[in-house]
Amino acid sequence: MPEQYKLILKHIDQPGYTPDIECYLRHGGYEALRQALATPPRDLPDGKQLSPQEVVREDVKASGLRGRGGAGFSAGLKWSFVDRRSGKPIYLICNADESEPGTFKDRQIIHKDPHQLIEGMVISCWANDVKLAYIYIRGEMPQGARLLNQALAEARAKGFLGKNILGSGRDVEIYVHRGAGAYICGEETGLIESLEGKRAYPRIKPPYFPAILGLYMCPTIVNNVETLCHVKHIVTMGAGEYAKLGTPNNTGTRIVSLSGDVKRPGYYEIQVGRVTLGELIYHENFGQGLKAGRSLKAIIPGGSSSKVLKAGEVFKLNRKAADGQMTKVDVPLLDLPYDFDSLQGAGTMSGSSAIIVMDDSRSMVDCLANLSEFYAHESCGQCTPCREGALWLAKGLHRLSHGEGRKADADYLQHIAQNIQGRTICAFGEAASWPVLSFVKKFREEFEARGAADEAARSKGAGPARDLKIAASPNQH
Amino acid sequence: MSNPATTTPAPAPAVPPPVEKIRIKVDGREIDVPKMMPNWQGKLEPTTMLQACHMAGQEVPHYCYHPKLPVAGNCRMCLVEFGTPMIGPDRKPVLNEDGSPKIARSVLPYEPQTPRGAIACATPISPGMELYPNSPATKQMREAVLESLLINHPLDCPICDQAGECKLQEYSVQHGQSASRFVEEKVHKPKAVDLGPRIVLDDERCVLCTRCIRFTKDIAGDDALGIINRGSYNTISAFPGRAFDNNYTLNTVDLCPVGALTSKDFRFKMRVWFLKETKSLCTSCGTGCNITIGSREGVIHRYEPRENNAVNGPWMCDAGRLNYKWVGRKDRLTEVQSRGQRTTWATAIKEISERLASATPGSTAIIASARQTTEELYLLKRLATRLGAVTDSVPRAGNADRLLVCDDRNPNSQGARLTGITFTELGIQLAWIADGIRNGSIRHLVVFGEDVTQQGIGADLLGKLETLIASDILPNATTARAAFVLPGCAAAEKRGTFINVKGRVQRFEKAAEAPGDARPEWEVLHELVEKVTGSTGFTTIEGLFNQMAKDVPALAGLEWGKLGDTGVTVAI
Ligand SMILES: Cc1cc2nc3c(=O)[nH]c(=O)nc-3n(C[C@H](O)[C@H](O)[C@H](O)COP(=O)(O)O)c2cc1C
Ligand code: SF4
Ligand code: SF4
Ligand code: SF4
Ligand code: FES
Repeated sequence: MPEQYKLILKHIDQPGYTPDIECYLRHGGYEALRQALATPPRDLPDGKQLSPQEVVREDVKASGLRGRGGAGFSAGLKWSFVDRRSGKPIYLICNADESEPGTFKDRQIIHKDPHQLIEGMVISCWANDVKLAYIYIRGEMPQGARLLNQALAEARAKGFLGKNILGSGRDVEIYVHRGAGAYICGEETGLIESLEGKRAYPRIKPPYFPAILGLYMCPTIVNNVETLCHVKHIVTMGAGEYAKLGTPNNTGTRIVSLSGDVKRPGYYEIQVGRVTLGELIYHENFGQGLKAGRSLKAIIPGGSSSKVLKAGEVFKLNRKAADGQMTKVDVPLLDLPYDFDSLQGAGTMSGSSAIIVMDDSRSMVDCLANLSEFYAHESCGQCTPCREGALWLAKGLHRLSHGEGRKADADYLQHIAQNIQGRTICAFGEAASWPVLSFVKKFREEFEARGAADEAARSKGAGPARDLKIAASPNQH
Repeated sequence: MSNPATTTPAPAPAVPPPVEKIRIKVDGREIDVPKMMPNWQGKLEPTTMLQACHMAGQEVPHYCYHPKLPVAGNCRMCLVEFGTPMIGPDRKPVLNEDGSPKIARSVLPYEPQTPRGAIACATPISPGMELYPNSPATKQMREAVLESLLINHPLDCPICDQAGECKLQEYSVQHGQSASRFVEEKVHKPKAVDLGPRIVLDDERCVLCTRCIRFTKDIAGDDALGIINRGSYNTISAFPGRAFDNNYTLNTVDLCPVGALTSKDFRFKMRVWFLKETKSLCTSCGTGCNITIGSREGVIHRYEPRENNAVNGPWMCDAGRLNYKWVGRKDRLTEVQSRGQRTTWATAIKEISERLASATPGSTAIIASARQTTEELYLLKRLATRLGAVTDSVPRAGNADRLLVCDDRNPNSQGARLTGITFTELGIQLAWIADGIRNGSIRHLVVFGEDVTQQGIGADLLGKLETLIASDILPNATTARAAFVLPGCAAAEKRGTFINVKGRVQRFEKAAEAPGDARPEWEVLHELVEKVTGSTGFTTIEGLFNQMAKDVPALAGLEWGKLGDTGVTVAI
């Protein structure tokens, strides 16, 4: 039976579980940190020896942990890219900007179990020789920032943070930095600029890879809240045990934010790949199905930026057969295992693991118009294709969803989006264009019908008065 | 911060180290390019695709990139399709049947049928790389960027000052597609924004390349400009409540690739294609920034910096740039005068030469401005030698800044020193000359380009002189008391050289005719020297310079023709 597997959420929402350090300690808190600090050096077959820090870094790599922020990049590999020879300080940043529409998992941790994050961060800092780390928290979460600061003070008072943590001779300090309310501050280099006190303009890569030229041009690790929490559990369980959770190459657990037209939206922690999309939507342990009388129309599987999936789609996925051979198998939409690789195989991504379900009451034109308005409003405007294209898309969709459409708008929108993706400074370009490309591709009839209907109405002289200025105002942040 | 005026070029090592090269292909043509090239600060960095294409003779269109500014990579105009040698699972290059390396064209990782471009301005090349600056995919990417830049652009070229110098206009013709698909409302932004005392901004024309911001912050060191609002509403703005007012603001007008930033001084004055361009020098301080004078029918309309990496890079200060209006002043000295009466050059020169030739040796003093050209100072020095005259010049001190402006506000103090008009410090003989006049040992005074009444030689002393000869451009208290008044020329009205504080010998050309009787001082001096000394000299500036180079040890070996447009540095 598909079930939740609560590793990160183990205590969260348990009656009586509070975010203070005493409660955390009663539940075994900071034992992983003690354990990490006591890691013995490890002898390798080739006679070399790994330092305790290297052992933990190796374990994170061996655990298969992939980033929970969006791109699903191996955390251990990311840590291994850090330039450790530059002589400059290494920084760690926890990305707590959680702004991808549909995503509401990091805030559960921050608000309900902040010490779990802090413990994961202190271990990660120690393992990477980081003395100073930041939590960059979304501006709209003032209570979260307050709780984190309180938790940091508690940890400092108990010697888990600050000078000479737990007598290890190592110093680790963590500061909370609040954003001011912009989605682009979640993009890691935009975040870094913002942290430096500048406008959150993402940096060009090359040359500004955070692992080499990050915060203050020093090597920097940026990880998501959930990713850093997992580090604690890898230490506790050991890399091997941890890797048994989930499925190969998609190890561990993941918190899924389920929203939209399901009976029981919410956040659910699952073993990666052990639960299917269909189960997440329909099973009684998860979404409990659609509202009465409704049928499934589409799923946005990994946050608003991911490409939409259409009800009834069947995907050809690579599967390892019993004899070890790779074969292609047909997998219907609802049977897609919810993991990184399966969703990539289905032409989309698990992104921030936010599933948005749309039933047949939804107009794809209106939904897309809504999404595009978000992206037009959030584009930082640094690079031409995204700056101009995002608003262009939003204006076109606003028109189409307000009775001023054209049949040709489907092509029009696709052209605009194609000229954004892959040509921008940061992945926001993809985020803004993928919804358009996938909605229009998979629901083309709906877009064309809407435009054709407007054309017909106009030729009869009906149609609304022309007042199509997009709602987004220039003076919103 | 780049500081072209204060960094002396490193002496060339005896044997230059071999330049490591990388072999790449540009549009199918093999070319070896250096592995490292200078970045905006002159530091060696891996060669970029844009630099490599340039070496292969392919200009990659760009807006935000500027060789002397930090790279921003924001306009995306320079996206270029490329390929890299394929590496097999055995980590060895995969070969074609003919043994050549197989090239993997860049594609979108999530959509392998779609080509992917890289921004040429910031992407380093690697061995075996192939660049396709003219492939259909590259062209499509370029067209799309242009289309995006134009959708919200007002397209008001007929009334735009930048027309003729606009990169948006130019690239649209070369790379654009004629019809835009855009059918929405344009974004409207502020127009004719008064950014500061010298700059007006039209935000609707701005392509947000941030050149102006980067220059102001990273070169001028003034964090005055930034962007407000977000996304397509992004708007260039000065810091709220603060005027954009440093001494380098007008460089942003030069840098702006479109007509968004305009100079209040030049706005709407003249279509640029009517302007004659003359290579010249700024005379407002000892840095000697290279400039281009834009003039039409003898009227100067603007100064612009002319790139010289040994002196000013591509920049100049606002004070220097705007210091040209006096040239056209109505009260210019336009008549040769002898004792208050208009006379001819021939008569005046004859009278003066007779006066000076018959003066008791040692009874003449010459005060020559360090704003005169080196040739003029040289001729004055020859005159002084013949007359046994004491000479000096007038110091002009100001505050230096961190970029270009120099504390010496004379353009040619080094010329005054090297020709022997002064020794070390300018002006140390002035008191001595004043005493000489007071005690009667100095009876004749020749002044070129200074008002000596401001230098301790007041009207009372001038009244004691037997002869006062004054050459100048504008009237002053000295010319008012002179027996002989010789109208001179602004640098823009003659040819010659200045030597900057670092010893850079630089020549300048004539942009405009001088008014009335005014003649280049070197011509007048040349005749005077000829008459007084009896020796004949050269009648061209080239000949005069070459002769001077033979006579003045510091200039040994120089020739006018070899100075080039950017000059030669001599030891000082
Ligand atoms: C437009 C944009 C917005 C993003 N927003 C977030 C975010 O809110 N939170 C987050 O953790 N990662 C976000 N990311 C991903 C980060 O850039 C980065 O990859 C991530 O924080 C790395 O952490 P991980 O490896 O632990 O996933 C965003 C990326 C883009 C392109
Ligand atoms: S892609 Fe969009 S969000 Fe990213 S840098 Fe460019 S304009 Fe900004
Ligand atoms: S004003 Fe000109 S230089 Fe400044 S960003 Fe706009 S286009 Fe670029
Ligand atoms: S720095 Fe000196 S030489 Fe250069 S423009 Fe300014 S005043 Fe003229
Ligand atoms: S020139 Fe603007 S991105 Fe390269």
